[in-house]
Amino acid sequence: MKRGDNDAKEFGIRLLVPTGGVASALFISALFLILLDANPVAAYGAMLRGAVGSTFGLTQTLVKATPLLLVGLGICIAFRARCINIGGRGQMIAGALLATSFALRFGAWPRPVLIATLIIMGFVGGAVWGFLPGFLKARFAVNEILTTIMMNSIALQLMNFLLQGPLMDPAGIEAGTFLAQSARLPEAARLARLVPRTLLHSGIFVSLAMAVVVYVFLWRTTLGYRVRATGLNPHASRYSGINVSIHQALSLTLAGGLAGMAGAIEVMGVHYRLVEEFTSGYGFTGIVAALLGWLHPLGLIPASLFFGGLLIGADTMQRAVQVPSALVNAILGLVVLFVSSSAVWTQQWIRRIRARGEVSS
Amino acid sequence: MNEILSATVITGMLNTMFTLATPLLFAALGETFAQKSGVVNLGVDGIMLMSAFAAFYVVLQTTNLWLGLLAAVAVGFGMGLIMSFVSVTMKAEQGVSGIGLQMFGLGMSSLLFKVMVGTVKTVSGFPRLEIPLLSRIPFFGPVFFNSNILVYIAFALVPICWWILERTTIGLMIKAVGQNPAAADSRGINVDLVRYGSVCFGAILAGVAGASISISIVNLFQDNLTAGQGFIAVALVYFGGWTPIGVMFGALLFSVANSFQLWMQVLGVNVPASIANMLPYVLTIVALTVTVYRGRAPAALNRPFLRGEN
Repeated sequence: MKRGDNDAKEFGIRLLVPTGGVASALFISALFLILLDANPVAAYGAMLRGAVGSTFGLTQTLVKATPLLLVGLGICIAFRARCINIGGRGQMIAGALLATSFALRFGAWPRPVLIATLIIMGFVGGAVWGFLPGFLKARFAVNEILTTIMMNSIALQLMNFLLQGPLMDPAGIEAGTFLAQSARLPEAARLARLVPRTLLHSGIFVSLAMAVVVYVFLWRTTLGYRVRATGLNPHASRYSGINVSIHQALSLTLAGGLAGMAGAIEVMGVHYRLVEEFTSGYGFTGIVAALLGWLHPLGLIPASLFFGGLLIGADTMQRAVQVPSALVNAILGLVVLFVSSSAVWTQQWIRRIRARGEVSS
Repeated sequence: MNEILSATVITGMLNTMFTLATPLLFAALGETFAQKSGVVNLGVDGIMLMSAFAAFYVVLQTTNLWLGLLAAVAVGFGMGLIMSFVSVTMKAEQGVSGIGLQMFGLGMSSLLFKVMVGTVKTVSGFPRLEIPLLSRIPFFGPVFFNSNILVYIAFALVPICWWILERTTIGLMIKAVGQNPAAADSRGINVDLVRYGSVCFGAILAGVAGASISISIVNLFQDNLTAGQGFIAVALVYFGGWTPIGVMFGALLFSVANSFQLWMQVLGVNVPASIANMLPYVLTIVALTVTVYRGRAPAALNRPFLRGEN
């Protein structure tokens, strides 16, 4: 057998896992819909139409994919160091909080400087939120899954507190509405819209650029190589002098930073102010996108487009055929179950193919 | 301040504490079994949500509380089978698959609720059950012996779980499988079967935990009813050093914080609700950090068993 054949086969298997996982999840969800007396064809049809059926739908898919890609990139780095980051949501909130507060105070800065600073602020806020679980894991071996989940709830409560207090929109207080949202960001802090009458904003370029940066970081720098080595084989890494703990803490900090950036960009590009629920499921969906994108920065690009479409499609589905958009969470959960179930078996499969290839060549 | 420390308030606060500890205790005792056998089931929260809905829905339709509890047990068992199939048979990474199960439970329970019930409805849950004589003991009577039956069951389970784990062959098998699956395997113990059993038993208790919220504490169902209590329960297992008694103290510590916060609001003490709501989560992180050195974790925790490879 030729080498090329094996590579093709391997690629096929790698492609089969995510597509098969999604297809199975959609199939099982369809069974539930039938049991609930809803028409799955109509529901999925509405979803597809919502995501790609119109120019507006397409731009909305891109808008949703923008933060998903950033959150997913962070999860990808953490995973590569064998850390599971469930804290995307909290990290987005932390980044958005810091960026919003900064924008409201320094709105008079020149636009390019302000926007760059705000994105960095988002990164810093999220990084702080990711650093704490990373530090606790590195220093005290505290389970990062649990701490990142707890950090989500803490961030959420912190945001609620600030939006109902110090950060509340003064206009809302004056008008007596007391909406839990911040004041509108100054013009200079807003990202440019790319297509008129849509929400598509220039943040998408930041996301795409970061995908390349993360790829270069993980595969072209020594630090990135160490992060990956830490995850591939912690024991071997330790013996070769890599400080595993520090690299795991670093990976969680970077993961937090990227998610925080997503939070800042979402506020600057879509809402122009900090609103409750602006994270709308990006944290969890980012995990699923990262898993389906082979935990690879470039694989994440199509994966986040797909899940961006799924999130938007679900809204359309809810409106058009009255199937609650909560269905998406069930689908995402099933995708995770299928993909994580198949991981060990596909690895063995690929190993067998490789072994066969080596024998014959 | 005098008002806060009056006897009625303190008894009320402690009584609430036992009630609020119940779901955490059920779920964490169950998770102790799963983890003792080497499986971290992070999907507890999703199981609780599905079972909470099942119990609520059955009670709404039939008004039969025990039938509701049975539905919660059945759903918990089903979810436990899924979790064990994925993490034991398919050897999935447990952290990831547990999150998958949680997401599924979160989404599916919300979907079912919206389609099958739609609006907020309440049911009449398990009533308070005053235990004759015991409830008349000054102080302790009103604090403990005036709760609903699920509270009594939860606390009765603590010694029972301890006894199963420490004094029976089944307990020994569970611990052997969690400590050294290869050795257990060579002694003829069916590792996968023991893990299936432990995870499913844990999931059944998680189901009861869910029911204890929806048909005995708040008596309703809503989106994300558990608000992450399933994850706190998982953390409690670490905190309690993998022992039922430790887990119980953990659950009480958490619920006393919660109960204190609830009563502060009742008494109109001015603390912003969102800051008070942070308390249990901050406490979880602190608790996980300070108890980490106990080091009594089952050696094979989180490791799938492949014969001949570990």
